[in-house]
Amino acid sequence: MTDIEPDETVDARGAACPGPLMDLIGKVRSAESGDVVRLLSDNDQSLTDVPEWTDEAGNELIAVEERDDYNAFYVEKA
Amino acid sequence: MTEHVVILGGGTGGTVLANDLADRLEPELDTGDVRVTLVNDDPEHVYKPVWLYVPFGQREPDDGRRPLDELVADAVDLQLDRVSDIDTEAQRLQFDGSAGSVGYDYLVVATGSTLQPDRIPGLREGGHDYYSESGATELRDELLAFTEGDLVLSVIGTPHMCPAAPLEFVMMADDWFRERGLREEVDITYTYPIQRVHGNPHIAEWARPIMEERDIEVETFFNAESVDPEAETITSMEGTELDYDLLVTIPPHAGTDLVEAAGLGDDGWVDVDKHTLEAEAAENVYALGDAAATGVPNAGSVAHYQAGVVGQRLASEIRGRPATATYDGKTLCFIETGMDAASFVEFDYESPPSPAPPSEKLHWSKLAYNESYWLTARGLL
Ligand SMILES: Cc1cc2nc3c(=O)[nH]c(=O)nc-3n(C[C@H](O)[C@H](O)[C@H](O)COP(=O)(O)OP(=O)(O)OC[C@H]3O[C@@H](n4cnc5c(N)ncnc54)[C@H](O)[C@@H]3O)c2cc1C
Repeated sequence: MTDIEPDETVDARGAACPGPLMDLIGKVRSAESGDVVRLLSDNDQSLTDVPEWTDEAGNELIAVEERDDYNAFYVEKA
Repeated sequence: MTEHVVILGGGTGGTVLANDLADRLEPELDTGDVRVTLVNDDPEHVYKPVWLYVPFGQREPDDGRRPLDELVADAVDLQLDRVSDIDTEAQRLQFDGSAGSVGYDYLVVATGSTLQPDRIPGLREGGHDYYSESGATELRDELLAFTEGDLVLSVIGTPHMCPAAPLEFVMMADDWFRERGLREEVDITYTYPIQRVHGNPHIAEWARPIMEERDIEVETFFNAESVDPEAETITSMEGTELDYDLLVTIPPHAGTDLVEAAGLGDDGWVDVDKHTLEAEAAENVYALGDAAATGVPNAGSVAHYQAGVVGQRLASEIRGRPATATYDGKTLCFIETGMDAASFVEFDYESPPSPAPPSEKLHWSKLAYNESYWLTARGLL
């Protein structure tokens, strides 16, 4: 468990790919620099999609938390 | 007591459903036990797929318009008004201005998609689109006069209407410039927000080698952040900047404000059970077509299949029987791969697409479907 307090959360559980990544990108788009966006996704593809995109976009994936049946990704906007 | 079904939106989904119900519930409509009202804010029905051909000078916007009252069965009350509010507690819709309101026993939201170009600074001034009638005619004027330079097609965000149409546009443009002997003078670049050229991995895998073969440059992980109309550049959130001479985009999409204000879902898309198409946040409300967040493409074929499911469910409910019809995610798309060839895909929630080899026959099938669409809207096909 992390103690990071996200500024925004996107719940993309149940969405098929590329839904979760696009939802995350949409939230990061409207966030301020330094904000932390949390993505909840139960799609396994997100485990590769999210790090690849944050890398490409220069944002930082500060934590990935494994929950029972989904993952929580914490992304800090550059 | 009369059961009143109100369908909000007279596009592909709403019109097919209205005609489906007119047929299915004929006895009840005859005796006055059921009333069906279709509300639309435009006296004409618009068939958007025609817009893909308008920029290439191959179709006129009027080819995609017909008076709604010619398409809808007489047993359906057609109300030409804009709805400004949905009250799911009182089961009532408010019309714009002073036109009053209408109550419903069952509501079907079929309001489609809206374009949101203002979400990207500079896009309205710098970009063109073929996702609106005015956009398609303005782009036609630019494209017909375009003989050299950088043509950039940028897909800004998903979901958007017809996920195949951006691929179709660049493949058609490639072929069109080749036929006119201008391809050497024109560079075509295609950008997509994620790491492949299409949201569906199977379609992406199929399209990528075709694009390579045809010298269509690809920029993936490109989420447009702003457009500079003076400098003629488009910049992504990922830090890539592209020069353009002609910029064509698929603008950001949303559903409608009404849906959000009514608490039916985020960004204007109605949260529904993806099998029953019932709204999650309200009783006696269905949504179909682009307006329904099911995760399948925003396509006319989807709206058409979903209308059949909602029609069956409503008829069962009205007759006091359990509603058993469900939507299985069925989607069907013809994909133009040039000016005289097309592919075809069919898929659902369980089975992935497998694009057919492009052929002239499939291209003619797509054109034939476009012509016979008017029979689909009438409920005959
Ligand atoms: C360029 C292009 C090419 C396409 N090609 C294809 C294709 O080849 N195959 C395919 O299957 N699909 C294609 N599509 C997608 C297809 O057109 C849409 O998915 C389809 O129209 C969705 O149907 P709908 O009924 O949900 O919404 P729409 O057809 O958009 O209808 C919505 C209706 O609701 C009305 N409305 C909205 N708000 C209100 C209000 N407040 N009050 C009253 N009325 C309201 C609108 O005026 C409209 O009539 C294409 C789309 C585009 C743009």
